[in-house]
Amino acid sequence: MSRAIKRIYMGIIFLFLYAPIIVLIVFSFNKSKSRGQWGGFTLSWYAELFKSRQIREALYYTLLVAVLSTLISTVVGTIAALGINNMGKFSRTVILNMNNLPVLNPDIVTGVALMTLFISVKLELGFLTMLIAHIVFSIPYVILAVLPKLRQMNKHIAEAAMDLGATPSYALRKVIIPEISPGIISGALMAFTLSIDDFVISFFTAGTSATNLSILVYSMAKRGVKPTINALSTLMFLTVLILMLIINKKSDKGEEILL
Amino acid sequence: MKKNLRVLSYPYTVWMAIFIVVPLFLILFYSLTKGDIHNISSLEFSLESYKKVLEPLYLKVIRDSFLLALVSTMICLVLGYPVALIIANTDHKYRNLLLMLFLVPMWMNFLLRTYAWMSLLSPNGLINRFLTMIGLPRLEIMPGKVAVLLGMVYNFLPFMVLPIYTVLSKIDKHVLEASSDLGGNRLVTFMKIILPLSIPGVVSGITMVFLPAVSTFVISGLLGGGKTPLIGDLIEQQFLFSRNWHFGSSLSIILMVMILISMAVMSRIDKNNQDEGGKAK
Amino acid sequence: MGKNLIELKNLTKRYGDMTAVDSINLTIKENEFVTLLGPSGCGKTTTLRMIGGFEDPDEGQILFEGKLLNPIPAYKRNINTVFQRYALFTHMNVFENIAFGLRIKKIPKNEIERRVKRMLKLVDLEGFEKRNVDSLSGGQQQRVAIARALVNEPKVLLLDEPLGALDLKLRKEMQIELLDMQRSVGITFIYVTHDQEEALTMSDTVVVMNKGLIQQVGTPQDIYNEPLNRFVADFIGESNIIEAIMPEDYKVAFDDVVLDCVDKGFAKNEPVDIVIRPEDIRIVTNPDDGMIKGTVKSVIFKGVHYEMIIESDIREYMVHRTMMFPVGSYVGMNIQPCDIQVMKRGEPL
Repeated sequence: MSRAIKRIYMGIIFLFLYAPIIVLIVFSFNKSKSRGQWGGFTLSWYAELFKSRQIREALYYTLLVAVLSTLISTVVGTIAALGINNMGKFSRTVILNMNNLPVLNPDIVTGVALMTLFISVKLELGFLTMLIAHIVFSIPYVILAVLPKLRQMNKHIAEAAMDLGATPSYALRKVIIPEISPGIISGALMAFTLSIDDFVISFFTAGTSATNLSILVYSMAKRGVKPTINALSTLMFLTVLILMLIINKKSDKGEEILL
Repeated sequence: MKKNLRVLSYPYTVWMAIFIVVPLFLILFYSLTKGDIHNISSLEFSLESYKKVLEPLYLKVIRDSFLLALVSTMICLVLGYPVALIIANTDHKYRNLLLMLFLVPMWMNFLLRTYAWMSLLSPNGLINRFLTMIGLPRLEIMPGKVAVLLGMVYNFLPFMVLPIYTVLSKIDKHVLEASSDLGGNRLVTFMKIILPLSIPGVVSGITMVFLPAVSTFVISGLLGGGKTPLIGDLIEQQFLFSRNWHFGSSLSIILMVMILISMAVMSRIDKNNQDEGGKAK
Repeated sequence: MGKNLIELKNLTKRYGDMTAVDSINLTIKENEFVTLLGPSGCGKTTTLRMIGGFEDPDEGQILFEGKLLNPIPAYKRNINTVFQRYALFTHMNVFENIAFGLRIKKIPKNEIERRVKRMLKLVDLEGFEKRNVDSLSGGQQQRVAIARALVNEPKVLLLDEPLGALDLKLRKEMQIELLDMQRSVGITFIYVTHDQEEALTMSDTVVVMNKGLIQQVGTPQDIYNEPLNRFVADFIGESNIIEAIMPEDYKVAFDDVVLDCVDKGFAKNEPVDIVIRPEDIRIVTNPDDGMIKGTVKSVIFKGVHYEMIIESDIREYMVHRTMMFPVGSYVGMNIQPCDIQVMKRGEPL
């Protein structure tokens, strides 16, 4: 009895979760332009998608920003984490609280605050400001991923390396960085996912000269439902799905990354 | 060695000062001034923009945002707790699969998830076609508050389920056995053991849902159709269209204060819960 | 034993207001097994870390083979360390951990292979080359840490509570193995521990430290039998420590008794502390045959002996005997002059 209830309940929840996505995917192959009626199978929306210069450009910006912001925030975040780990208790708390601000603040506040800054210093909104904004919100996550690994590490490990003849920089490169590499990798993955997924902060900091995919989808969706967005959504969803499956297979701690 | 490494954090400290602290001070600054934002010398101290927030029109927006976020958080809690409980009690073999299935929709960009609901709920969307076909009255919820609520629940439900699930799955099974050993039936065990132990998960779940819900402007923009503007929509409007940074800034400050207060309340609840647990022992 | 290898001269280290190591002087010889012994916070680990190069002394010198070691960074010192909890590199396997120092020295591959293999044999871990260090037991990790240090053929091996994380049985086994290793490789060991039994078992020389100061340096026998002060007597083994005075040479007086002893040279009626080890008090059944009379208050069986607390009119004595006297019996106690260790009066404990 209670088993049946559980199953029915989970069934309804999963229906609720998956129905919109499935409808979206199915209708991306719909010949009819209307959203309620099935007019036969077609790939023409996908073809239109690939022909669109606008979408190609948005894809280019999305990927470029994601790759660059991931690289920069991973390097800067790891270096900063090394420094923070060796700070006194008081300054560490201050720095970490500052670091947590973009994590805790609503995206919209981070977005408008950065936009205000950029405009105030007469920096034209565009690719560069969007990139800076992505780095701003990514570094805190990298630090939060790397710091616990540094804390877990035996505190004498750097000394052990130097004891065996390693110079400080050799110890850093060959021992400390490899020891904390799981944290660095999950920080980088987090930064990449967040960048690809971000809409709100990009929306306020990208201006009109650089449009990424999520901004494009928003402006198209605001004007109404279009089958090309269905096709785009399907592709984006499948890409992320495949990416996540690969990541999860490679990492033992899949759950952490899922979050 | 320790001192040398400390230096590594200095560049980032400077970075944080410029890109995290200064922008927030700018917001605070603009919220407390009036004048032409492009002409710094014209700016003067003023509480005008905060006064504007108190106008009935805007007070209603703030109240709406708060209530909608609160209601959607409660719905997420009611819907999500059983889900977390069921997943946590599933056989180890299927548990990860179930969790995975639950999380896969999350991997879709939340814009797209919200957009998906648009095509379902719109006046001549799939649901209405279906209802008309079987002769039922049409569902006129989009654009509107109900659609926004639905979008919030859909988007943020996993934020509720995950922390609760995490806490539930960590409860020592022996504790449950001890309870039944001591004569507690399943209801007693749930009310006296599982529920109190899961409070930390519930608290962080509530925070994680309420935070994005109260500050969203995408969901209300797409599913509310401008009929029920939320505080997020107002901020967007002020910064992008009305160009009234002063008002937009004061709204942002109020949003932050609202969130700070609700986080403080939640952490107080969490703390009280732990203290009581301590006393009971 | 050989010539002087390490000399500490007025070595001092302060942390803020606290003086961790207070102007200590110590000479360590070649092939010596030296143990720094003391309670936590006594400065023993700080001393070791200064020798290793991980802390800079505030004052004083460290000489290594007569040359000043202070300005030389850790990675250039011909000294290796076995760290507390080992500090193994978890991203490397056993072989790579041990080969780490050799790779830095750019030693040829086949030579590295040969030396690592030899080390694995020495620490009894043959066949573990490819194992992940996380998969090893505490004792095995310990051996890897020792091999990783010894493979570099240092002149001195520093060991910072290396057995602290192991359980009692394994600790006893490793004590013996460590001692064997030290004998077979023939290098100086400087060993830090707070376990007095470990120190007495393994060392050629024990350095007892407290509050940043060296209390006594000597062989284990010296330290045990002739503690220089109350702290050493109390820290090493169980003992009866009694405040007494020396009315004249070869006599100590306390409570209502005057006992013969073998010490002289104190001023008349000088206050002293005396130490009587529990196993040095003999019990006679007839109280009148004893120098001190008392009643047995408690008896605990300790395996080899019984531990009895015997109460005189004024104080309690701890006595270890293989024969048991039942609780309540009124007995006499005798102490031989040579079993009374007289020390200058120190600070009260």
